[in-house]
Amino acid sequence: MEQTKLQQLKQIAAKIRLGILDGVHAASSGHPGGSLSIAELITYLYFAEMKVDPSNPKWEDRDRLVLSKGHTAPALYAALAEKGFFPREELKTLRHVDSFLQGHPDMKGTPGVDMSTGSLGLGFSSACGIALAAKLAGKDYRTYAIIGDGESEEGQIWEAAMFASHYKLDNLCAIFDWNGLQIDGPVAEVMNPTPHDSKLEAFGFHVISIDGHDFEQIEAAFAEARAVKDKPVAIIAKTVKGKGVSYMENQVGWHGSAPNDEQYEAAVAEIKATM
Amino acid sequence: MAEKIATREAYGNALAEFGDIYDFVVLDADLAAATKTATFKKKFPDRFFDCGIAEGNMISVAAGIATTGKVVFASSFAMFAAGRAYEQVRNSVGYPHLNVKIGATHAGITVGEDGATHQCIEDFALMRAIPGMTVINPADAVEARAAVEAAIRFNGPVYMRFGRYAVPVLYDKETYRFEMGKGIRMTEGNDLTIIATGMMVDMAIEASKLLANEGIRTRVINIHTIKPIDKDIILNAAQETGAIVTAEEHSVIGGLGSAVSEVVCEGCPVPVVKVGIEDKFGRSGKVPPLLELYGLTTANIVEKAKIALNLKKANK
Repeated sequence: MEQTKLQQLKQIAAKIRLGILDGVHAASSGHPGGSLSIAELITYLYFAEMKVDPSNPKWEDRDRLVLSKGHTAPALYAALAEKGFFPREELKTLRHVDSFLQGHPDMKGTPGVDMSTGSLGLGFSSACGIALAAKLAGKDYRTYAIIGDGESEEGQIWEAAMFASHYKLDNLCAIFDWNGLQIDGPVAEVMNPTPHDSKLEAFGFHVISIDGHDFEQIEAAFAEARAVKDKPVAIIAKTVKGKGVSYMENQVGWHGSAPNDEQYEAAVAEIKATM
Repeated sequence: MAEKIATREAYGNALAEFGDIYDFVVLDADLAAATKTATFKKKFPDRFFDCGIAEGNMISVAAGIATTGKVVFASSFAMFAAGRAYEQVRNSVGYPHLNVKIGATHAGITVGEDGATHQCIEDFALMRAIPGMTVINPADAVEARAAVEAAIRFNGPVYMRFGRYAVPVLYDKETYRFEMGKGIRMTEGNDLTIIATGMMVDMAIEASKLLANEGIRTRVINIHTIKPIDKDIILNAAQETGAIVTAEEHSVIGGLGSAVSEVVCEGCPVPVVKVGIEDKFGRSGKVPPLLELYGLTTANIVEKAKIALNLKKANK
């Protein structure tokens, strides 16, 4: 990857992290940990991978993203704002009663949101439906789904995996955000869904394992995914929950709580220092 | 004697018939032979997708397809479409108000021999509680066919209930017009009203004949759209007849009887007496003895009609 592209992507990821913090801080609620862990992934998707048009959010040939782990909507909203789907100032209205930024993604209210999600396990199936519809319509758009590691404890994730493989949805790319933590503790202790790679391979997926914060690896993974034919692709992205805010990193308590004013200032300062 | 056809049969035939005119796809969950979506599958194999025995996934997949602008039918037994996949219907389809048509067959106790685990008697309650969901329960094969076309043309989620059991054909295909959300007056009378849905409409008409023998003039209304319910036809009936009996092959909790009561209580309080399944699970058996056992017969409607008339008299 060219240095200029890499630096640009890093800057955008930092802006998205700031957007996440602005949102959850203003809302005094929300899910910063799993939002911060997907900052690089969602940055790459919206700024280097997906064909989207902020001036025409419903463009029928666009690539789609289903945020199956819908509670990390702050990351999606920050990416959409940065991309120009709506003004960045709106991020501070997150979870407010008069806002179009719901606690979990609402495709009816928010420009750029391709599927309403939030109840875990459902989004991946909808991504399969979108991918199947592309095949039916003879369109070449691609569909991406971001799924949580804890979320893959839901049985429906595996129903969807069966479906994607059965219908050879090679236009579907499932990204598993492997941050290792869920509300009740480490994923491995709560209800261990591993080994993911061999399970997904057994379900008929082409599996790629990467560091989910490394843009070069992300770029290579998406390029590899595009070349796969006749089977769906799963990218297992090892990430750090709370990435970029040192006091949040790998801390399960930051799954679903917002920083206070002091913590917010410290987090913003830490991220700005990297820009 | 009128011809008897199960509404599921009419559903499958309608999908195959309208597949020529409208662009839609059909999903099923390993029950195509029973839900009769196999009739569509045979004619349009490229537009049919079996999802296997995974109903939750099927509904969320249907939602995904619908986001691209395509009309989707998703079929299973009512138990699994409204029951197993309730949350997928609510969150994947209902919340984003997507154009998914749920074709739920084998509803009610007329499933028969399979018994309680397969006899869904709560689907009206579940489905009508979802904001923006349209709920349709056709009374015969003609109405079922027309309802399918109406659902295709309608923009939004629709839950359609069909039965396994063959029921008499009440309408003429050439003259019948389905109007979503509009009840149909089947007989005229001002002594009391029987508001029925699905297979109970035929029994309500039979009951009205028995009541006529006793000089009681009964208005029978077919409510094919459980939601949005036809408030006008119900309130008119309450005002003009002063007593209502409801009849449905569903629990008396949360179904047609509840919906009618809600309208009547708020707009024109008169007695509403319910014929339906009394807070019990079904059981295995042939359909006629099951209907007897669970109080879903013409005689039960007549009995409840007399209770309603007594309440009306007492109210005066």
